[in-house]
Amino acid sequence: MAISYDDVVAKYDPVLGLEVHVELNTESKMFCSCSTVFGGEPNTQTCPVCLALPGALPVVNARAIESTIKIGLALNCQIAPYSRFARKNYFYPDMPKNFQISQYDEPICFDGYVDVEIDTDEGLKEFRIEVERVHMEEDTGKSLHVGGATGRIHGADYSLLDYNRAGIPLVEIVTKIVPGTGKYAPEVARAYVAELRDILRGLGVSDVKMEQGSLRCDANVSLKPMGSDLLGTRSETKNVNSLRSVERAIRGEMIRHAELLDAGAKVKQETRHFQEDTGLTRSGRSKEQAEDYRYFPEPDLVPVAPDAAWIEELRKALPERPSLRRKRLKQEWNVPDKEMAAMVNADVLDIVEATVLLGADPTKARSWWLGEISRIANDKEVSVAELAITPADVAEIVALVNKGELTDKLARQVVEGVVAGEGTPAEIVAKRGIKVVNDDGALMAAIEKVCSEQPETAQKVRDGHIPAAGALIGAVMKETKGQADAARVRELLLGHLGQTN
Amino acid sequence: MINQTAAAMSEALVKGEVTSTQLTQAHLDRISDVDTSVKAFLHVDEEGALEQAARIDADRSSGKKLHPLAGIPLALKDVLTQDGIPTTAGSKILQGWKPQYDSTVVAKIKEAGVVILGKTNMDEFAMGSSTENSAYGPTFNPWDLSRTPGGSSGGSAAAVSSFEAPLAIGSDTGGSIRQPAALTGIVGVRPTYGAVSRYGLIAYSSSLDQAGPFGRTVLDTALLHDVIAGYDPKDATSINGTFPNVIAAAGKGDIKGIKIGVIKQLQGEGYQKGVQARFDESLEVLASLGAKIIEVDCPSFEYALAAYYLIAPSECSSNLARFDAMRYGLRVGDSDGASAESVMNATRNAGFGREVKRRIILGTYALSSGYYDAYYGSAQKIRTLIIQDYARAFTQADVLVSPTAPTTAFKIGEKSNDPIAMYLGDVATIPVNLAGICGMSLPAGLADEDGLPVGFQIMAPAMCDDRLYNVGGALEGALASKWGGHLISKAPALGGSK
Amino acid sequence: MSSLSRDDVAKLAALARIEMSEEELVSLSSQFGVILDAVARVQEVNLDGVIATSHPQPIQNVFREDQVRPSLTPEQALSGAPAQEEQRFRVPQILGEAE
Ligand SMILES: [Zn+2]
Repeated sequence: MAISYDDVVAKYDPVLGLEVHVELNTESKMFCSCSTVFGGEPNTQTCPVCLALPGALPVVNARAIESTIKIGLALNCQIAPYSRFARKNYFYPDMPKNFQISQYDEPICFDGYVDVEIDTDEGLKEFRIEVERVHMEEDTGKSLHVGGATGRIHGADYSLLDYNRAGIPLVEIVTKIVPGTGKYAPEVARAYVAELRDILRGLGVSDVKMEQGSLRCDANVSLKPMGSDLLGTRSETKNVNSLRSVERAIRGEMIRHAELLDAGAKVKQETRHFQEDTGLTRSGRSKEQAEDYRYFPEPDLVPVAPDAAWIEELRKALPERPSLRRKRLKQEWNVPDKEMAAMVNADVLDIVEATVLLGADPTKARSWWLGEISRIANDKEVSVAELAITPADVAEIVALVNKGELTDKLARQVVEGVVAGEGTPAEIVAKRGIKVVNDDGALMAAIEKVCSEQPETAQKVRDGHIPAAGALIGAVMKETKGQADAARVRELLLGHLGQTN
Repeated sequence: MINQTAAAMSEALVKGEVTSTQLTQAHLDRISDVDTSVKAFLHVDEEGALEQAARIDADRSSGKKLHPLAGIPLALKDVLTQDGIPTTAGSKILQGWKPQYDSTVVAKIKEAGVVILGKTNMDEFAMGSSTENSAYGPTFNPWDLSRTPGGSSGGSAAAVSSFEAPLAIGSDTGGSIRQPAALTGIVGVRPTYGAVSRYGLIAYSSSLDQAGPFGRTVLDTALLHDVIAGYDPKDATSINGTFPNVIAAAGKGDIKGIKIGVIKQLQGEGYQKGVQARFDESLEVLASLGAKIIEVDCPSFEYALAAYYLIAPSECSSNLARFDAMRYGLRVGDSDGASAESVMNATRNAGFGREVKRRIILGTYALSSGYYDAYYGSAQKIRTLIIQDYARAFTQADVLVSPTAPTTAFKIGEKSNDPIAMYLGDVATIPVNLAGICGMSLPAGLADEDGLPVGFQIMAPAMCDDRLYNVGGALEGALASKWGGHLISKAPALGGSK
Repeated sequence: MSSLSRDDVAKLAALARIEMSEEELVSLSSQFGVILDAVARVQEVNLDGVIATSHPQPIQNVFREDQVRPSLTPEQALSGAPAQEEQRFRVPQILGEAE
C-alpha cells in the first residue's frame, strides 16, 4: 500500500494552513511583571497573577503590544483601530486560570501576506502565503509526567507543574488556507516558516529558537483530488519544532492522507503529534466535535486602540524585509544564487554583512565564515555566532592577509587562536610569532634543502612536469613552518629548477 | 465607646482620651460578647489587630502624623485578600487558604493605619442577597436575629450595625453593599466602577464588582471611601483621574437647588408599604431642604434583572474556573488512580454550594456556542440601553433616588428555596452595577408594619460620588434632628456587656 | 416556557467540571425553566443596532511598562498547594491532552 510522494502529488492537490506561535522576548510576562528568562528553577518566576491566585488581575505589557503591531506591519497586515482580548475557556492543569486570555473575533492584526521563493523545476518561483490574523495570547505552564514507563503523559502516575512559562507573551500567526503549492507544499511551508523566523529576528521581537520552543509551528494539511473544488478533511500536526521537521511533517501527512484516501478510508479530523525520530505523526485528540470555548470579551482588560500616528511611526522604523535584503546583498556582493542560499542556510548572512561593513572584501568575508569558521563551529556543535570570533576579528585577519602579513594558511592559525580565546588577531600574531617569511635567501636555502632530499621529484619538474612542483612547495612550506608566501616559494622553486613560466 | 461614630473615635484618639489598643480591645470584647448570636465574622484576627493598634499608639505618642482613621477598627469582607490571613469568600473550596498577598484595598487600609479586626461572613463568592449562601452558616440581623442582614456583604453590615466595628468593607456586584446596609439600618456605598481597585477582590463578576465602605453615618462612610478610592496600576479597569472630595461633600449639608430624580420604574407596586412610606417621607424632607424633586423615566430598567442574571453568571462561570484543586484550596478525591479531571470534578462539586453551582451552570449555558447571542450578547445590549436611560435621566436630575430594597429584612429561610424571589430583591440596586455608576443606601427610618430599617438609595453619575455624600449627608442630618439621633441608636442592645 | 433537560444540565456540568449527583441534576433542571424564562426577557426588546457594552467605563489602552518585578518565592507560590514535589505543584495524572 506504500505510495510514493510523486504518486501523491500526481493524484492529489494539497491545501495547507499554518499556525505559528511565537514567544515574544519581552523582559516580563504578558500580564504580570514576572521574568521571562528561559530555564529558571521551577516556580521561581510566578506571582499572584500568573498563578491565578484568587483576586489577581492581569495588566497588558506595553512592549508586547508594540511587538505584535510590528509583526503585523512586517507581515503586511492591517492593524485594527480597536481590538479586544477575549477569554478562551477550557480546563487544563497547565493553565492556572482555566481560561487563556487570547483574542477572538477582534485580532489586533489581520489580512497580511508573506512572499517566499522556491527553487522549482521551472526555476525560482514566488508563492504568496496570505496571513489571516496575528493575535496576542499567553503561554501555559510546563508539566513533568512522573511514573509509568514512557515519561509521557499517558500512563504517568502523576504530574508536576512548573508555572514559570505560564503567561509568557505569545503571538499567534495564522495563515489563510494555502492552495496551489502542489508538490512544493512541504518546501513552501518550510520557506514560509524560515521567512517568518527571519522577519521576527530582524524585528528583534523574539529569540525565534525553534529548539527551545520560542517558535512553534502547527501544520494543517488536507488533500483534495486533483481538479476538485472540495476541500478534504484536515489533520493538525502540533508543535513541529524545526524547519526540517516542518517539511517532513507535511510530506508525511500528505502521504498518510493519500494512503487513507486511496484505500477508500476517511481522514479523521484530529490533532497529530510529530515524532522527531521517525518523521511520522501519531494520533492525538479527535477534533470532530468542536470544543466549546465559550469565548467572551475579557472583562478585566480594556480595549486596545492604537493611535494611527504611532502605527505609522512603527511602520517607518521597520527594518528591511529579509527577502529584499537578501536580493540587495546578492547584488552588492555579486554572489551566485547557490552561494547566497548556502549563506542563508548556514545562517551567516548577518555576520558576513557585519564583517563587510568593517571593510572586508565580501568574497573573503563569506569564505571565512562559510568555510573555516563554519567547520570549527560544526566540530564544536555550536553555531558560528556562539564562537568567540567576531566580525571585527575576521575583518582584521582579512586585512592582514591583504597586506601580505599573513598567508591564508597562517591566517587559519590566527582564526584558531581567536576561537580559543587567545586574544585579537594582532595579539595572536605577536604572541605566536607568526610572520610571513619574505627573505628570499632563507627561502632559497629551504628550496635547495628540499630538492636535495627529493631529487626524483625535482628531476620531474626539471623535465617539465610542473604539477610535481606541488609536493616540493608543500615541503618548503613545512620547512618554513607555514610562514612563507606560497606564491613566492613557487616562483623561486620553478626558477631554481629552470622552469620560468 | 463602641457606640460612637468613627469620626468621634478619631477625635478621641487625637485628643488622647483613648488609645487604639483600648478601642480595639473594646471591639474585640464586643465581638466575643455578641458574635455568637450575630455570626458576622468568619475569622477574628485578635493578635494582628492588637499589634496594629499598638503600632499606631506608638506612632501617635512619638508625634508621627497619622491619617484621621489611624487606629480605628474595621471589619473586612472575606472576599478581599489579606496576606497571611485565611480568606475563603464564604466558600468551602477556599477553606484553609492563606493569601500570599494583600489586595490593594487592604494595602490602602493598612497604610492609613486602620485596624483590621477580622474577616466577615458573606454569601459564597458574593452570590446571594441574604448571607445564607455562606458555606459557614448564615449571619443574623442584629435588629431581629430571626432575620437575614441581607447580602452578600451581610457579615460586614451586621458587624457595623451590632457595634462590633465602626467601619466595614463590603463589595457590591448587584447591590451587595447597599441592600445589607438598608436591611441593617446603616450607610453603605458602592463607588463608581473603577474608583476602587479590584486587585485582590476575589472576582464574582468582573465588570460589575466593586468594593466599598460601610459606616453608621454618611461622614464615617466618606472617611473610609476616601481611604480606599484611587487609581491602581494593578487593575487595568481602574480609573486614572481626579477623584471627587467625598469627605467635604459629606459635611456640606446644603442641597438647595439640587435636582433629585425619582425613578418611575423603581417604586410603587412590589415595594412593601412601610418601605414606600419611608421613601416618600424622605423625599418630602429633601424637598423641605430646597431640593427639586422630579420624576424620571428609565424604561429599560425593566430588563435590568434579566440582564444581570445573565452577565454575572457568565462572568462567574469563567472567574471561578481557577478553583480546580490543583494549586490551592480544597482537593477532594485524590485517591490512587484518580485523574486530575476527576479530582477537579469532585472538588468543584464538594467545594461549591448550590447557588454557586446554579450560577456557574447558567453562565456556562449563556456563553455556550449557539446561545451566546441570544443570552449574553443580548444582555450586554440591554446594558447599553440602561446606560442610555441613566444618561438621559442625569440630564434632568443631579442624582436619582429609589428605595434600596423592595422589602425590609426577611426571615432566614424565607426565600432560600425560591431563587427568583431572592433575585427580585435586587431589582432597585442592579441598574447601578450594570451602568458602572455609584450608589448609596442610607437609613430612611423604620417600617411601621415590622419596625425594621428601610433604606433610601441615591445614585449619581460615574465619578460623581461626592453627590451621593452631599445629598445623603443633608438627608441624614435632617432625619436625625427629626428622630433625635441616628437611626442606629434605636437598634436592639443584643444583651452585651455595654 | 424554556427548559433544560437533565441531560442538558449534565452536559453543562461536564463543561464546567462539576460532578453533580443525580438528585442535583434533576433538581437543577427543574429550576432552570423558571430561571431561563426570567432571563430570556432580554430577548423581548428590539436590540437591532444596539452596541453591546462589555466594559462599564469607556477606558482604553491601559498598559504597563515591560519591567520585571520580584516574583513570589517558590515557597510562597507553593504555600497553598494541596501537594507538592521538587518545588512543583503535584497533581493527579492528567488524562486529556493539552491544547
Ligand atoms: Zn507573574
